[in-house]
Amino acid sequence: MDWIYEPWPWYVSGPMIALVMFLLLMVGKNFGMSSNLRTMCTICGAGKKADFFRFDWKAQRWNLVVVLGAIIGGFIGSHLMTVDSAVAINPDTISRLKELGFSSAGKTYLPTELFDMNAMTDMKSLILLSLGGLLVGFGTRYAGGCTSGHAISGLSNLQLPSLIAVVGFFIGGLIMIHLIFPLIF
Amino acid sequence: MRTLSYLLIGILFGITMFKSEAASWFRIYEMFKFESFHMYGIIGSTVIIGIILVQLIKRMPIKSFYGETIQFPPKAKSFSRYMFGGILFGLGWALAGACPGPMFTLVGAGYVPILVVIIASILGTFLYGLIKDKLPH
Repeated sequence: MDWIYEPWPWYVSGPMIALVMFLLLMVGKNFGMSSNLRTMCTICGAGKKADFFRFDWKAQRWNLVVVLGAIIGGFIGSHLMTVDSAVAINPDTISRLKELGFSSAGKTYLPTELFDMNAMTDMKSLILLSLGGLLVGFGTRYAGGCTSGHAISGLSNLQLPSLIAVVGFFIGGLIMIHLIFPLIF
Repeated sequence: MRTLSYLLIGILFGITMFKSEAASWFRIYEMFKFESFHMYGIIGSTVIIGIILVQLIKRMPIKSFYGETIQFPPKAKSFSRYMFGGILFGLGWALAGACPGPMFTLVGAGYVPILVVIIASILGTFLYGLIKDKLPH
């Protein structure tokens, strides 16, 4: 039964994500996580500031339940189904990350430099996490979807707009990793 | 009943995001460095199976579990919003190492600083809502 504690290979993970999308379709919903961020804005009263947030958020409650499930699933996956959460990335990637100052590469699930409790009192970590979050939230709504809505739901439905968005995701990601990371780390 | 089905699907999604390591910042970095097939295998196999499933649903008389017709809302035709929005999203995805699904999975996994990313992403969405009429779409 030890296999249950191992990370899932891509050929298990991919079909499982497709299953999630299929099950959502079969209960009459479309897979897309980033719309929850808009719903959360509306719940916080953003409708007073912009029309974009004036919509019936209760129709989106189902998706917030999916979010709650994703949180519970994260707990189950990490605490009940994993003993050693170190991510075995490519050794070349590990050495490059160490040069950039990520000493936890290859040893943890997330870089401790950004995601352990000390990051909460480290100004640089807080700024980078906030900036990352701002770009994700702004970009995803501007693009009308994120990895789930465009890369998975949209591409599965052969939507050209989704392909353009996914190309954009990659251009942005490549700029960040190859051009901006050497400047900030 | 329906609420329970959404919750169970969400749990399956959360477990998958964690166990696939798609919620790992390191895997996202490695993907953009083209130093592993892992993430490409995940996204590629999801999309190939997804295309087959969507075509099956469209061509066969498949109804939802509740007997409704399954809808596929088409995305509005445009270029700029998808390209510019996509690039901004990609910059954030690579920096924070998490997109809007996995970031919630990481809350459950117990990484407190991910809350900073989530709050900032809600603010980012809010900012978009404030200035969206001034942006090319």
